[in-house]
Amino acid sequence: MAGIRSRSRTPLPASVQDGPAAPAAPARRVGGGLLDPRLLWKSLPGAFQKLDPRVQLRNPVMFVVEAGSALTTYSAVIHSSVFAWTITGWLWLTVLFANLAEAVAEGRGKAQAETLRRTKRETTARKLAGWRPGDTAYRIEEVPGTRLAVGDFVIVEAGQVIPGDGDVVEGVASVDESAITGESAPVIRESGGDRSAVTGGTRVLSDRVIVRITSKPGETFIDRMISLVEGASRQKTPNEVALNVLLASLTLIFVMAVVTLQPMAFYSKDPQNLIILVALVVALIPTTIGALLSAIGIAGMDRLVQRNVLAMSGRAVEAAGDVNTLLLDKTGTITIGNRQAADFLPVGGVRVEALADAAQLSSLADETPEGRSVVVLAKERFNIRERGAGELPGAVFVPFAAQTRMSGVDLAPAAGGSGRQVRKGAASAVRGWITDNGGTVPDELGVLVDGISAAGGTPLVVAERAPGAAARALGVIHLKDIVKQGIRERFAEMRAMGIRTVMITGDNPLTARAIAAESGVDDFLAEATPEDKMALIKREQEGGKLVAMTGDGTNDAPALAQADVGVAMNTGTSAAKEAGNMVDLDSNPTKLIEIVEIGKQLLITRGALTTFSIANDVAKYFAMLPAMFGGVFPGLEKLNIMRLHSPESAITSAIIFNALIIIALIPLALRGVRYKPSSASAMLARNIWIYGVGGLILPFVCIKGIDLIIMNIPGFR
Amino acid sequence: MSGAVAGVLQLGLLVAALAACYRPLGDYMARVFLSDRHWRVERAWYRLAGIDPGADQRWGSYARSMLAFSGVSVLFLYLLERVQNHLPYANGMAPVPSFLAWNTAASFVTNTNWQNYAGESTMGYTVQMAGLAVQNFVSAGVGIAVLIALVRGFMRNKTDRLGNFWVDITRAVVRLLLPLSVIGAVILMAAGVIDNFTPTHLIAAVTGGQQTMVGGPVASQEVIKELGNNGGGFFNANSAHPFENPSPFSNWFEIFLMLVIPFALPRTFGKMVGDNRQGYLLVAVMLGLWLTSVGLISLFEWQHAGTALQAAGGAMEGKEVRFGIPGSALFAGSTTATSTGAVNSFLDSFTTFGGMVALCNMMLGEVVPGGAGAGLYGLLMLAVLTVFIGGLMVGRTPEYLGKKIRPTEMKWAAAYILATPFCVLVGSALSLGLSVPQRSILNPGPHGLTEIVYAFTSMGNNNGSAFAGLATNTGWYNLAGGVVMLVARFAAMIFVLALGGSLARQQKVPESAGTLKTHGPLFAGLLVGVIVILVGLTYFPALALGPFAEGLR
Amino acid sequence: MDRLPSLLRQHIAALRLLLAFTVLCGLVYPVALWGVAQVAFKNQANGSLVSVNGKVVGSSLLCQEFVDARGNPLPQYFQPRPSNATSGAKTDYGCDAGYSGASNLGPDNSALLRTVKARQRQIAAFDHVPVAQIPPDAVTSSASGLDPDISPQNADIQVARVAAARHLPTATVRALVGKYTQGRSLGFLGEPRVDVVTLNIALDELPGQGK
Repeated sequence: MAGIRSRSRTPLPASVQDGPAAPAAPARRVGGGLLDPRLLWKSLPGAFQKLDPRVQLRNPVMFVVEAGSALTTYSAVIHSSVFAWTITGWLWLTVLFANLAEAVAEGRGKAQAETLRRTKRETTARKLAGWRPGDTAYRIEEVPGTRLAVGDFVIVEAGQVIPGDGDVVEGVASVDESAITGESAPVIRESGGDRSAVTGGTRVLSDRVIVRITSKPGETFIDRMISLVEGASRQKTPNEVALNVLLASLTLIFVMAVVTLQPMAFYSKDPQNLIILVALVVALIPTTIGALLSAIGIAGMDRLVQRNVLAMSGRAVEAAGDVNTLLLDKTGTITIGNRQAADFLPVGGVRVEALADAAQLSSLADETPEGRSVVVLAKERFNIRERGAGELPGAVFVPFAAQTRMSGVDLAPAAGGSGRQVRKGAASAVRGWITDNGGTVPDELGVLVDGISAAGGTPLVVAERAPGAAARALGVIHLKDIVKQGIRERFAEMRAMGIRTVMITGDNPLTARAIAAESGVDDFLAEATPEDKMALIKREQEGGKLVAMTGDGTNDAPALAQADVGVAMNTGTSAAKEAGNMVDLDSNPTKLIEIVEIGKQLLITRGALTTFSIANDVAKYFAMLPAMFGGVFPGLEKLNIMRLHSPESAITSAIIFNALIIIALIPLALRGVRYKPSSASAMLARNIWIYGVGGLILPFVCIKGIDLIIMNIPGFR
Repeated sequence: MSGAVAGVLQLGLLVAALAACYRPLGDYMARVFLSDRHWRVERAWYRLAGIDPGADQRWGSYARSMLAFSGVSVLFLYLLERVQNHLPYANGMAPVPSFLAWNTAASFVTNTNWQNYAGESTMGYTVQMAGLAVQNFVSAGVGIAVLIALVRGFMRNKTDRLGNFWVDITRAVVRLLLPLSVIGAVILMAAGVIDNFTPTHLIAAVTGGQQTMVGGPVASQEVIKELGNNGGGFFNANSAHPFENPSPFSNWFEIFLMLVIPFALPRTFGKMVGDNRQGYLLVAVMLGLWLTSVGLISLFEWQHAGTALQAAGGAMEGKEVRFGIPGSALFAGSTTATSTGAVNSFLDSFTTFGGMVALCNMMLGEVVPGGAGAGLYGLLMLAVLTVFIGGLMVGRTPEYLGKKIRPTEMKWAAAYILATPFCVLVGSALSLGLSVPQRSILNPGPHGLTEIVYAFTSMGNNNGSAFAGLATNTGWYNLAGGVVMLVARFAAMIFVLALGGSLARQQKVPESAGTLKTHGPLFAGLLVGVIVILVGLTYFPALALGPFAEGLR
Repeated sequence: MDRLPSLLRQHIAALRLLLAFTVLCGLVYPVALWGVAQVAFKNQANGSLVSVNGKVVGSSLLCQEFVDARGNPLPQYFQPRPSNATSGAKTDYGCDAGYSGASNLGPDNSALLRTVKARQRQIAAFDHVPVAQIPPDAVTSSASGLDPDISPQNADIQVARVAAARHLPTATVRALVGKYTQGRSLGFLGEPRVDVVTLNIALDELPGQGK
C-alpha cells in the first residue's frame, strides 16, 4: 500500500466549540465529512493495488468474489461470449469497487496525515548534557531530534520547534500548537501543575522552557497521530471481528448452497455453466457489507479526527458507543467555564475589606480560575492591589491540592509579617482546619455556606490564624456557576439513549445538588477526590457498566486508565494523555457526548448495511433462479416476478446491481447513517424500515431498471 | 358442520390446551432444574451410577459427559439390535443387519428416529422397549439438558460452570418425561392404543381368510415417541397405524403431546432468566410460524393440486379417513415443526406445496417450536444472531439478556448455523450426484429430488419424517444418514454448550433505554426475518428444483 | 495421562446410568403400564377385537379385505379403501397388518393417476355409479394400508350393490350404514366415517344373512 499522494486535503477544522463560553448547540446530529468526487478518482490506483489476493484474504467475502472473478475470466476465455465477458467484467468491478471504498476512506486519512507530516520535519534539539532540575548552569549540545532518548533534557527558546514530546520542567512559555490542534491561539505551558505537557512539532512563541523528553523518537504523539489517521495501525475492533465471523459463515453457507446446487442441476438435466454459478454465489454472499466494512471502520475513526479527537484504538471508539455511564466534569461541560467569585460575605464582625484582603492573600498561589477570580474581585471591589511574590519575602504559599482542597499562605514572622496563616477552600476542609487549630466555627458561617450552596453557588470559606491564637473564620467567598444553555436537553437525550450522566465536582453536596437539579444531570459526585472518582468507576464497572470520563490532571490518570473510555484533554499532563485512550485536541469536555454518538453511529452503520445486504438476497433469488432453470422447468418463470427480459439479462442485471450498490453506498459508509439520539426501540424501528424493508424492496426496483436498459444490448435479447 | 370449521375448532382447542399448559408446565420445568434438592430416589440413583451430583461442570466437561452418554447409547443400542434373536419376546425376528442397526442406533440416540425399517417386521418387543423406547426418553432428556445448560449461561455471572449433565438428564427423565408419559399412556390406552405382549399371530377373518394380528407394548412407547419429539413408530405406518393412533381424539392428543413441552419451554426460559416477557416473545414467534405452516398445509391439501389428486377429487392418497385433511395437515405441520417426525399421513403423497411447507418447517432449523430442548436452544442461537444484527442497529455492542455477543459468542453461533446446512446440502448433493443413491427414488422428476432433499433435511435437522417413497434401507443411506444425524445433533450441541460457557463467564450488563429490547413485536419481526431469510433462503435453490419445479406449471 | 482415567470414568458412569435408565424406562415403566392396560383397558389394550359367535374375527381398528380367492371384491360386502399393506405375495390383496404402509406416490405421479382412473372405472362398473359420485377415499390408498374406515359417501355408493347382492331392501342396508356411521368426535374432531369390518359383521348378523 505504497502511498498515492493525495493532493486534495481535508483541512483540520477549527474546533467545533471553542472555549467555555460557547453554548452547547441544541438538537444537533453527528454529521460526517463529505465525499469529494476527486478523491474517488485519486483512490483508483490504490484500489487496483488492493487486487492482490494476499490483501483480499483478510476479507473472506471479497476474497470469494475475487476468486470467482478469476474463475469466470478463465471460463470466459475458453467459451467466449458477450454474456460471459459482461459478467466477468462486472465481477471484477465488484472487487474493484470494494477496494475503492477502502482506498477512499484511507485516502481521507492520508490527506490528514500529510498535513501532520509536514509539521514533523527534522529538528535540531539543544540537549542539556548532564543537567539536573534545579541546576542553574548548563551546557548545550546540539543533536538531531531523532537522537533524543527518554529522560533527556532540552532547552527550547522562542521561535524554535519543540523536538519531542515531554514535560516542561522549568520556565513558562506560550506555545503555538496549531499544527496538531488546528487552533491558532497560542497556549501557555509551564512547569509543574497540569499544563506542563508539550508536544513535539509545536513551536515556542515566547520565552524559554526546559523540557524533559518523555517519548522515544518515532513514537511521539504526532507519529502516533499520523499512523492513526492513516489507518496503518488499524486493528479490527471486537464488533468488527464478530461481524466478520458472521459474514464469513454466511459466505460459506451460500458457497455451499451453490456448489451443492450443481449435482441437483445435473439430476434435473440442466447443469449450469461455471459463470452462472459464480454469479449466483457473488449475488448471494453479503458483498455490500463485505465491501464497505473496513471503509466504515476507517471513516468512523476519521469522523473523530475531524472533531479533533484522537482515539488510540478503534476498540475505544466502539466502547464509546456502549457507554452506560458518563462521568462529566461540572466545569466546562455542564457549567460555563469556571466559577467566578461574586461576593465576599464576612462573619463574626469581620470587616468586609479585611475578608477581601485575606481572600486575596490566600489566592495568590491559587492559579485556578476560581483563585484568579478572587483576586480580580478584590481589586474591583476594594482596589486591593495584587501582590507579587517578591513583596512577601519568606511567605510560604500552600498551593491548592485536590486532597486538602485548600490553598493559602503562611506569612513569615521574620520579614515584617506576623507569622499569620491564611487559608481558603472548601467549607468542610477549612472547617476541619479551624477545629484542628483550636478554633471554633460560628453557626453563622454554616448558614452562609448552606445559603450559597442551596442557591447553586459555591462557598469558599476564608480563615486565618494569628500566631499563638486559635484559628478563626473570616467569612465566605461566593463563587457562582452558570449552567450552559441547552445542556438540559442534551442530558434528556442521553437518558433516552440509556446513558446515565454523573456530574463530578469538587463542590459540596448542596452546591452539587443545586447545579445537578438545574442542569438535569442524573446524578452527581460531590467533593470528589480522584480516589472517589476511581471508586465510582469501579463500582459502576462491577455492575457490568461501561464508564466514560474526561480528565486532564496527573491525578486523573488512574481513573482515565480505569475508565472504559478515558478522554484526556490535550492541555493535560502527559501522564493523563498516556492513561486515557482518547485525546481531545480541543480540550473540550463536552466532546465526550459527541464521542459517544460517533461510537454509536459507527456500529449502526455496520448493522444497517449488514441488514440491507442480507435483505437484498430475496430479490436476487427471484431474478436469478428462474433465469437459471426456466429452460427445463418453464413453470419457474412464475417466480420471475420482475418480468426480466431474458435469462442473460436477468443474471447480468442482478450482478450489475450488486456491484453498483457498493459505489452507491460509499458515501453512506463514509458519512455514517443518519443518527439522531433516541431510544433503542425507536432507532431499531427506523433502521429496520429503512435498511431491512428498504433492502428488501430496492433491489427489485433497481434490477428491473437495469434490465430495462440492458435488454436492448445485443447478446441479452 | 363443515370440515373447515371443524378443522379450525380442532386447532383452536389445541392452542387453548397448549396455552393452559404454558405456565404450569413451564414453571414446573424451571423448578425441576433450579432446585438444589435431590430426591431420595435420585440420590440412590446417582450412587448406583457412581456419579457425584454436586459437581458443577465446565462446558467442556458437560459436553464430554453428554457425548460419553450418547456414545455409549449408540453402542448399546447397536449391540441390542444385533443380538435381538437371543432376547426374550424377539417375536421371531432375526438380528438387525449391521448397516441398518448402525443407522437405527444413530437415529434414536440423536432423537431423529429416522426409520429405515418397518417395526412390525424388524424389531422384537425387547429391542423396541429396552432399546428404542429408552432412547426416546434419554435422547429427549439430553436435548433438554443441553438447553438448560445454555440457559444457565444466560443466568449465571462470572463463572465457567454450567451445571451437572448427569443430574440434568436424570431430572428431565425422572421428574418430567416419565410422569407425563405415565399419564399420557393411560389416556392413549383409553382411546384405544394397544398395549400387550401378544406375539404376531394369525386369526380367521370375517370372510374366512386369514388376518395378521400384531401386538406389542405400544401405548407406553407411543406416548414418549410424541412427548419426547422422537417420532419412531412402533409400526411401519407410524401414527397412521390404527393401533398407534386409533381415533380422532388420540390423533389430537398425540399432536398435543408433541407440542406441549417445546411450547412450554420458553416459559421455563423466561422464568430462569427472570423475565417472563422473554418467554412470551419466543413462544409468540414459535406459535406464529407453526400456525402459518399448519394453515398453509391445510390450504394446499384442500386445494389438492396435482394430476392424480385432481382425478381422485381430493388429497386422500396416503391419508386416513378418520383424520381427514384437517387432522392430517395439523399432524404434518406439527410433526415437522417439532422435529418429532411421526406421521399420520404420508407426506410423499401430499400436494407439492403442502409437502414443501412440511419440508420448510424443518429447513427453518427445527425451531418453531422444535424438539424438546433442541428447538428452544436452536431458536436461542438464532436469537443471538438476531440480537447481533439488531444490536448493531441501535449502536451498541449487541447484548442478549445482558450478555454481550462478542467474537467468541458469534463464532459459536455461526458454527451452529453452519452445521445443519452443511449436513443437509452435502448429503443431498452427494446422493443426487452419485448414481447408486439415485436408484432409491420412487417418484421420478423433481418430486424425486424433493424426496432426497427431504431425507437429508429431515436427518440433518433430527426430525425423522420422510418422503417415504425413497428406499433408504441401502448401504449409502444407512451409512451417510447415520453420520449426518450424529454430526448434525452433536456438533450443534457442542456449539450450544460452548456458547453457554462463554456467556456464563460474562458479567451481566444492566439493561437501559439504550439496550435492544428483546421482547415486543419489533424484535419478534426481526427474529422471524432472520429465521426465514437467513436460514430458510439457504435452501431456496434446492426448493426451486424440487417443489417449485414440480408445482409451478 | 491424566485425561485417560477421567475419560474412562466418564464412560463407565455413562454406561451405568444408561443401564439404570434401561431398567427404569425400558422394563419397569412398560411392564407397569402393561399391567395397567391389562387390568383397566383390557379390550383396547388387546386391539379392540371383534368376535362372531365367540370367535375372534378381526379388530374394529384394522381393515380386512372382503374378496374372493382371486382377489375380486365380494359384492355382498362393503369394500374398504384400497390398501398398500401387502407382503407383495400374489394372494395378499392388502390390509395385511404385517406390512402397514402407504403407496408414497406423488400427487403428479403418472402411475398414481393411472391407478386412480382404473379404480374409478372399476367402482363405476361394480357399483353402477357415475365416476363423479365416487368420493376420493374410495380411489386412494390409505396411509397405513389398514384404514378400517370409509367415508359415508363411499358407503352410500355401495349400498345399492350390497342390498342387491344380499336381496335386502336398500332401506335396510342404508339404515344399518346410518347406524354404523360415526360423526366427528365432540362434533369437530376428525371426519365422519363408517367402520367397514363392524358394518359387514352387522350385515352378516342380520336375520337370514348367516353364512
